[in-house]
Amino acid sequence: MTALLKSREAILLAAILALLALIAARFPGFVAPSNLVRVFTDTSPLIILALGQMCVILTRCIDLSVAANLALTGMVVAMLNTAAPDLPVAATLAVALALGAVLGAINGVLVWKLDIPPIVVTLGTMTIFRGLIFLLSNGKWINAHEMSASFTGFPRAEILGVPMLAWIAIAAVLLLAVVIARTPLGRAFYAVGGNPHAAVYTGLNVGRTQFFAFMISGALAGLTGYLWVARYSVAYVDIAGGFELEVVAACVIGGISIMGGIGSVGGALLGALFLGVVKNALPVVDISPFWQLAISGSAIIIAVAFNAQSSRGRGRVILRRAEHRT
Amino acid sequence: MLMQNAAATDTRPRTAPAPVVALDAITKTFPGVTALSDVSLELHPGEVTALVGENGAGKSTVVKILTGIYRPDHGTIRVNGAPVQFAAAQDASRAGITAIHQETVLFDELTVAENIFIGHAPRTRAGLINTRRMRTRARALLDSIDAEIDVGVRLRDLGIASKHLVAIARALSIDAQVVIMDEPTAALSHKEIQELYALVERLKAQGKAILFISHKFDEIFRIADRYTVFRDGRFVGAGPMAEVTEDALVRMMVGRSVETIFPARARKPGEIVLQVEGYSHPTEFEDISFSLREGEILGFYGLVGAGRSEVMQALFGITRPSRGTARIGGTAATIRAPAQAIRAGIVYVPEDRGTQGAIRGLPIFQNVTLPSLRRTSRHGFLKLAEEFRLAREYTGRLDLRAAALDQALGNLSGGNQQKVVIAKWLATRPRVIILDEPTKGIDIGSKAAVHEFMAELAAEGLAVIMISSEIPEILGMADRAIVMREGRIAAEVAGGDLSPEILVRHAAGITQDAQ
Repeated sequence: MTALLKSREAILLAAILALLALIAARFPGFVAPSNLVRVFTDTSPLIILALGQMCVILTRCIDLSVAANLALTGMVVAMLNTAAPDLPVAATLAVALALGAVLGAINGVLVWKLDIPPIVVTLGTMTIFRGLIFLLSNGKWINAHEMSASFTGFPRAEILGVPMLAWIAIAAVLLLAVVIARTPLGRAFYAVGGNPHAAVYTGLNVGRTQFFAFMISGALAGLTGYLWVARYSVAYVDIAGGFELEVVAACVIGGISIMGGIGSVGGALLGALFLGVVKNALPVVDISPFWQLAISGSAIIIAVAFNAQSSRGRGRVILRRAEHRT
Repeated sequence: MLMQNAAATDTRPRTAPAPVVALDAITKTFPGVTALSDVSLELHPGEVTALVGENGAGKSTVVKILTGIYRPDHGTIRVNGAPVQFAAAQDASRAGITAIHQETVLFDELTVAENIFIGHAPRTRAGLINTRRMRTRARALLDSIDAEIDVGVRLRDLGIASKHLVAIARALSIDAQVVIMDEPTAALSHKEIQELYALVERLKAQGKAILFISHKFDEIFRIADRYTVFRDGRFVGAGPMAEVTEDALVRMMVGRSVETIFPARARKPGEIVLQVEGYSHPTEFEDISFSLREGEILGFYGLVGAGRSEVMQALFGITRPSRGTARIGGTAATIRAPAQAIRAGIVYVPEDRGTQGAIRGLPIFQNVTLPSLRRTSRHGFLKLAEEFRLAREYTGRLDLRAAALDQALGNLSGGNQQKVVIAKWLATRPRVIILDEPTKGIDIGSKAAVHEFMAELAAEGLAVIMISSEIPEILGMADRAIVMREGRIAAEVAGGDLSPEILVRHAAGITQDAQ
């Protein structure tokens, strides 16, 4: 299984490299290091959100509220910044992470304690979060001139020529890799999603595990909320509208099974990068951005078909197969 | 053991009216298992034939052959004397054979009328479903079996008994000649069972041939006209009910040569580790009390649905008992979740490995260490080397032959998956291990290994509870057996008194004075 996953990631990596080579053949500038950094930075929010979404999907849930969480947290920290421009960035980051985690925990509690299907819960909270932004802001925008320089400057500050936003994405990848592979919680994500019944018999608390997945997803969404608002220097009700679907798409392309229990940090990262490269390359090769939707859509279907193929024939009851044959 | 096979064969009816359906010398094998070997069965119009046999006797396989789900390897199926072949389930239903299963296969969200006519609904001239005619005909069918069910209600709003009636109406709607009832009373109340008997009488009067599968002797003697007994996939005997006694039937069912060799054990139980007093559950079981000693194997025998697994699930914290106490090693234990049970030293290896035991997508070693992660991690981080060591130790003890511990569990055979599931529990170092049907559905070689291993565990002082529906397994492995029936303990039988007859009697609720 691990070999299969690795090879799936290898295929995705090969696809990304092939794509880059194809573009480089006509537009060598696209693969210049500075442009690659730009593409990676541009994809960073997607990467961070995909990591959180991966945790949730692993536990056989889905979090549709990530983009709304991002927008709400972004609005709150932007308003906080206009009210207290001297608040240090570290405090802003802490607020964003904490608020995001609380919003994620709301999803988690509803799924855990009330046993409502995750798609319904997060569809509801998605709408509620968007509504809250409107209530908080009265529908007004917060623009660049209302934000402090340190607030907007943080994600763009460069270390070794790479913006902070990209470094945070890298840090998130490393952190999640450790959580997933090396903590009992990460293991529980796989067990709960792979077979919830067996997980119960093993003494795992399925609801609690899912709760933590939602909380991680929420915290990462909150973090991204600040980074997003600061990077684009604007906050309003509809920022990142529909972005949750792109996040789910990145996970699915990255080989994370929507049925839970299968997936990896590398997959989520590569899935997000694939979408990021496509998105950034299309304007360069002068293809309408509408094609981007068609390409992402095709990539999703190909990825899901691939997943279905590779999981077929695995662990089926012999008698049932005999039933089909006769 | 008066009924020998040859003699029994001769008791097959010769004078009865021609059978509607006859199975002749049917053999069906699955990889590694012969489910049916040269069996015969005849169903006559207007008569109820009871198919009797222990679990694993081949009853369900026969049902699946009759309904076209399996095709036999050898032998012929005759319908009204003519040999037929069922390529698919539709062929069987076209031939007028229909089955009403333990869990009825109907559609909860559709109405009664839609359920009755799904697949063959009356059409209008335009090819659309003629709802009005469908409802009238459904009404007529239900009336013919005296079922007062509104044809417009959705199925999910009906009780199990009413669902059975709908299933039967559906059977009649396709003009079934043969109705197979597979443990139809398993989930019914006393009153509903009486109604079912009345219905069976009506179906008989309409000339239907009925195959009635049941473990309950009182039912069989109440409604069957003929019996057929299978044992281990072989035909043992058949004849009119009037010419057979309960004793003779029990003997035909269980009288077997002991083919499986069970490991020899020194039986020297130690201190009491588990003491259960008055365990009760609102719907599943009542007043369950027993004790268990170190080094002892305690068998739980009973029919499917007798409440054995439910008791164990309560003991393991999956469900909560409404009353009763459990003491582990002399101290009262509150078990509200499986994690608490594991910490208290009780582990439960569930019957259904696929849904309850194994996580197929995870590697073998991760399956083994899953309940022991507290021990294989330090400062909240997992130590892979420690995990591998633990997994290697316990899979090694179970003689697991797997290429690599990091391959996915789903790639292993059923027997090996079972070993991994057991290894997982042993790695938690339990005091009491509950094995629910530990050898169900695994090949003979793995079976022997599991038995061997159970004996070893007991010898090491572990207390073992073994739920089993296989009489030889109980006889061969258990020091003591508790027989459950309908949620209560029907009997506790100690080593020397264990016999197949006693187990079957108590499980089926045959009173002693009926002998």
